[in-house]
Amino acid sequence: MPAIDTPTEEIHPDVALVDRARKGDTAAFEQLVRQYERQIFRVAQHITQNREDAEDITQDVFLKAYQKLDQFQGNSKFSTWLVRIGVNESLMRLRRRKTSKTVSMDEDIQTEDGAIPRDFAEWRPNPEEIYSQSELGEILRKTIQGLPQGFRTVFTLRDIENMSTEETAEALGLSVPAVKSRLLRARLQLRERLSRYFRQKNQEVHP
Amino acid sequence: MNCTEFLSQLTDYFDGNVPVDLLAEIKDHLCSCHHCEVVVETTRKTISIYRDNQVYELEPSLRERLHAAIMKKCNCGPKSGS
Repeated sequence: MPAIDTPTEEIHPDVALVDRARKGDTAAFEQLVRQYERQIFRVAQHITQNREDAEDITQDVFLKAYQKLDQFQGNSKFSTWLVRIGVNESLMRLRRRKTSKTVSMDEDIQTEDGAIPRDFAEWRPNPEEIYSQSELGEILRKTIQGLPQGFRTVFTLRDIENMSTEETAEALGLSVPAVKSRLLRARLQLRERLSRYFRQKNQEVHP
Repeated sequence: MNCTEFLSQLTDYFDGNVPVDLLAEIKDHLCSCHHCEVVVETTRKTISIYRDNQVYELEPSLRERLHAAIMKKCNCGPKSGS
């Protein structure tokens, strides 16, 4: 049976919520907060690597968004707009923490290192079968902490938060090719580092 | 296709954005290069393991506290232009 055509363009449900919130409907704004508070917290913690900072940033992001709802144009998704505020607030927090050092999306990415795979061992058995959830969490946290901030942020938005390459570029103020290049290096560096933990345990036994 | 050329296509390959003719070259390369095959498999696993094990997930009690703090802050905050 043929599918029924629906020519009308789909409008994201957030648009109506933002519209209501703009008119002073705090329940609509609260629903937006509920939908995105976890995401903003995760992004902030991935960038700052500090829980207290991430909590403060999450509060500041929603306060800023609330105060600037009129500036949301609707050209991008509301969530992308929020993430962009979150990234900026997080980078500002890092700048304040390291007063003498510039912090931006360009930090630590000058080197070409990390784009060449060196470890070719298979990950067997499946890491999720050999480590407990807390051990695995610790390994994943330690590994991503070691990634340069500029790579970590791209990986967080694109792969952990599942944003598209275009949305990631928009949220970070980067070009699409820059996002792709950083994403490749972030993924390969993480893979290389995780391989130290996950490489096939018994490979030394077999010459 | 050599390994360097393959790696430069990895992101598009994961996204399914590789033109058909190039995809055939990639598949040929993967059939003949075990190292690149491992890189593909373990990079996929890297992505999925981070996605499936959110390392910075808010615990419910912290989430409620944070939510209340956000709403308190926003209800007190003046709207711009008013």
